[in-house]
Amino acid sequence: MHPFAYEAPTTIDAAVALLDKHGDRARPIAGGTDVLVQARANRWDLDAIVDVKNIPELTEISHYPDGSVAIGAAVPCYQIYEDQKIRDNFPGIIDAVEMIGGIQIQSRAALGGNLCNSSPSADGICPLIAYNAVCHIAGPGGDDNHRDVKVEDFCTGPGSNVLGRGEILVSIVLPNPGDNFGAAYERFIPRNEMDIAVAGSGVSVKLSADGSTFEAARVALAAVAPVPLVVPAAEAALVGNAVSDDVIEAAAKAAGDAASPIADMRGTIDQRKHLSAVLTRRMINQAVARARG
Amino acid sequence: MVATFEPKSEYKVIGTRPIRHDGLDKVTGRAVYGADIKLPSMIWGAVLRSPHAHARILSIDTSAAEAMDGVHAVVTNADLPQAENEMVDLGEGATNLKWAVDNILASDKALYAGHAVAAVAAADRYTAEEAARAIKVDYEVLRSATNVDDTIADDMPAILEEFVDSPGAQESGHANHVKEFTHEFGDPDAAIAGADHVVEGEFNLQMVHQGYIEPHNATAVWDENDRLKVWTSTQGAFTVRQQIAAVLKIEESRVRVTPLEIGGGFGGKIPIYLEPVAAVLSRKAGNVPVKLVMERRSVFEGTGPAAGGKIHLKLGATKDGQLVAADSTLRMEAGGYPGSLVGASGMCIYACYNIPNMRIVGYDVLVNKPKVAAYRAPGSPQVAFAIETLIDDLCEQAGFDKWQFRRDNAAKEGTRRGDGPIFPRIGMEEVLDAAKETDHFNSDLGDPAPGNVRGRGFASGYWFNVGLQSSVNLSLNNDGTVELVEGSTDIGGTRASIAMQAAETLGITAEDVNPTVVDTDTVGFTAVTGGSRVTYATGYAAYNAAIEMIDKLKVRASMLWSIDADDVQFEDGVFSSKSDPELSIGFKDLAGKLGDTGGPVTSTGSVDLEAAGGAYGTHICDVEIDPETGKTDVVRYTIVQDAGRAIHPSYVEGQMQGGVAQGIGWALNEEYYMSDDGVMSNSSYLDYRMPTSLDLPSIETVIVEVPNPVHPYGVRGVGEVPIVPPVPTVGNAIKDAIGIRLRETPMNAGRIVSALGS
Repeated sequence: MHPFAYEAPTTIDAAVALLDKHGDRARPIAGGTDVLVQARANRWDLDAIVDVKNIPELTEISHYPDGSVAIGAAVPCYQIYEDQKIRDNFPGIIDAVEMIGGIQIQSRAALGGNLCNSSPSADGICPLIAYNAVCHIAGPGGDDNHRDVKVEDFCTGPGSNVLGRGEILVSIVLPNPGDNFGAAYERFIPRNEMDIAVAGSGVSVKLSADGSTFEAARVALAAVAPVPLVVPAAEAALVGNAVSDDVIEAAAKAAGDAASPIADMRGTIDQRKHLSAVLTRRMINQAVARARG
Repeated sequence: MVATFEPKSEYKVIGTRPIRHDGLDKVTGRAVYGADIKLPSMIWGAVLRSPHAHARILSIDTSAAEAMDGVHAVVTNADLPQAENEMVDLGEGATNLKWAVDNILASDKALYAGHAVAAVAAADRYTAEEAARAIKVDYEVLRSATNVDDTIADDMPAILEEFVDSPGAQESGHANHVKEFTHEFGDPDAAIAGADHVVEGEFNLQMVHQGYIEPHNATAVWDENDRLKVWTSTQGAFTVRQQIAAVLKIEESRVRVTPLEIGGGFGGKIPIYLEPVAAVLSRKAGNVPVKLVMERRSVFEGTGPAAGGKIHLKLGATKDGQLVAADSTLRMEAGGYPGSLVGASGMCIYACYNIPNMRIVGYDVLVNKPKVAAYRAPGSPQVAFAIETLIDDLCEQAGFDKWQFRRDNAAKEGTRRGDGPIFPRIGMEEVLDAAKETDHFNSDLGDPAPGNVRGRGFASGYWFNVGLQSSVNLSLNNDGTVELVEGSTDIGGTRASIAMQAAETLGITAEDVNPTVVDTDTVGFTAVTGGSRVTYATGYAAYNAAIEMIDKLKVRASMLWSIDADDVQFEDGVFSSKSDPELSIGFKDLAGKLGDTGGPVTSTGSVDLEAAGGAYGTHICDVEIDPETGKTDVVRYTIVQDAGRAIHPSYVEGQMQGGVAQGIGWALNEEYYMSDDGVMSNSSYLDYRMPTSLDLPSIETVIVEVPNPVHPYGVRGVGEVPIVPPVPTVGNAIKDAIGIRLRETPMNAGRIVSALGS
């Protein structure tokens, strides 16, 4: 690691200009809980880090009249789980932000940073997919170059994503999930804290008004593919069917079948496929319970 | 002749729980650790390590690094004195000097990924790291092996050429498996053939690291008299001095080692790694101080873990429950250089039991992993896993009660240990009896969460403990307090336990004694803080020094009173005349009159102890397992251990709990996870899964006291034996919970799910 500049712009345009100027020799930094560790491990050869915590749009939580919420990309986990409206309306997000790191890490680490780090094992991404969240991205060239990308389309590989030169994640928007909706996220780790997911499952369901039938579903898996893995087969196994153990088991099995993990120090291929099914079954049940209130 | 002592039951200081002398400095962050050292003109070093598990070093080009701004020196093995294959004693028995030097900086071959190859000193740490990265090493990559089986594959070359024709390798058939010993007694083959019940098992253990928080560090400078001064975090300043002198080929007296506070060692901070590198960098940089601090990855990849290995064991018992035969083969991983500590495994494997017919065959297995170092009862947890697991299997097969079988066959005074010695008074039976009386042993398992299952296991373990040499200096202040100077670095509350033994002897309080750990110029030779020896041996030296001080003070009292010194007695902190009851003076009052009686009073104590008195423990564990995920939680744990005499019970309990915590990690999650090309994949605390506080229950402790007859206060070492039983204890609990026996560590979630699925 060699000396690099610390930049702290106060506007999106200034941040974009700095990132555009340095290209891959600069990294935006929010909590720094990934970037600083990676810099020390020489993963990046940096000329600058661009601290985005002084930019208002990136540090705010905005609740809109239509029931949607925009979470600034640099908002740390603790601010999310201390936000009562998010707790009430998006409990599947709370599942994730309360499990990322310990209290010290949660005080710094941002959900947006978790997304931009684009690890397949990220705990924050699968629940965002389950809530059909959308990324607001700013880029060089002013307002014309703002674009929206679905979270499920954001990651492109381990540690890589759709952000181009000079682009920056501004906020993540979660649409109002509406009634009879429930979502949940769980991961497996062998310890009780301080671990990276061996596998994780984020699920959301929308039930019929009487709570008897799956009308919509999202299933996304962590740590079992190069990117957080959406499982259409598991979703299809649910939608249109009555809520029953057999239907849920079929969806869980589809998740296990879809998982295509590697074997590494965190787990074996068989273990991860097995866990994908177990966790998905448990999260569907949890999501159903939440949907039924 | 070894002196023996009658146990006393009443003490004033021993057995109490004073605040440790170093406590305030440590909890307020003022204590000075190795990485805190700053010296005028100090520069920083960095080490370049091999990315290959096994490679010939064809050439090293340091020119680019040397040309960088701020770089003061670059060194390789060529900058160390050239070492031949000569045997030297570096404090842990004889070893080949060339191997010791090559492990500091590789010469012809790199033997593991992480092996140090070159080093740089530069104006600051980051420049040094950048410069190290600029060194170009040309490697010829060789086939590597990182486990016992792979290392004897047909096309696996000899890791060390020296073993190709050695007798130990010829006996095993491969240069990488070096036979160390066979211990045999009675007729094990006939006894197994005639046994009513025979069980057999093969056990695999992965290499694990001690996992101390503080990384290795060293700062060195040559002074104007060409003496080398070294500051480092170590378990033994004198052992560091000895090793540095051997590697640099200079006299020990030309080296001064100052031990700083130590953030954990557990055996891993006995060998040297950075000290000679800092010394040669300092020399080459113009005799300025050079400081080196490892990053975590280097600690995992480049320092000494505990041996993994493969253990084959067979046990035979009669139908009425007598253990009659044991036969084992131990193949323990040494790393790139010999020294798996398989000898200690051989001493421990049968030590809990009386087995009349036995055999132990031990092999040192060379693998392309870092050279093994001591880790808390080194070699014993591995073999405890084998025998305590198999004894459970034997009891289940034969229908014996698991506790009664162990009690009926327990080792006691007069039992022969596997490698030959006859036990003196030991506490195995008392420990088993105490374990049976615990609330834990007699309580229900409790209800698991829905879907989960629970199980209970117990197991025992042994560690022999060591004595060795220690020195203590005392000087009496005129207010009656005492300065205690010692050479044992304090990794477990030993300032307190040594000071308390001096205080007990002198009839003063623990707070009246001020213990200080000093450098190698300032106190007599003291062996490492290891082998659970410090409270035992350095405490004994403190006792001797205190006795000498009392003898001197008797003379001073006799001078005050103008009576014969033989007429002065010392009891309960008071000097008095045996013949004249009017004449008496307290310890502190007498200390205030030293100026009238000939000036300062100082004393010294030193010991060289052969006998130590082994220690035993029995552990009980409840686990709760989610059979769908394999998630295993230790929900209750009790450790019962013979401490001989607990000088400071809180620190004895702390050692017991600490050993259990490490042992639970070993059992459930810890391992060197090696990639196919022989690189450790999980060289960070994120992925090297030690238990956190959230993964452990409050560990219940029961101290048994069977006084050690060869220590004035009955002390037995307590620091190591607590890590011996946890692996089989947890394994036996898992078996009870899921009905399946795991014979491989770590017994992690993946293995449990896989076992349940098959």
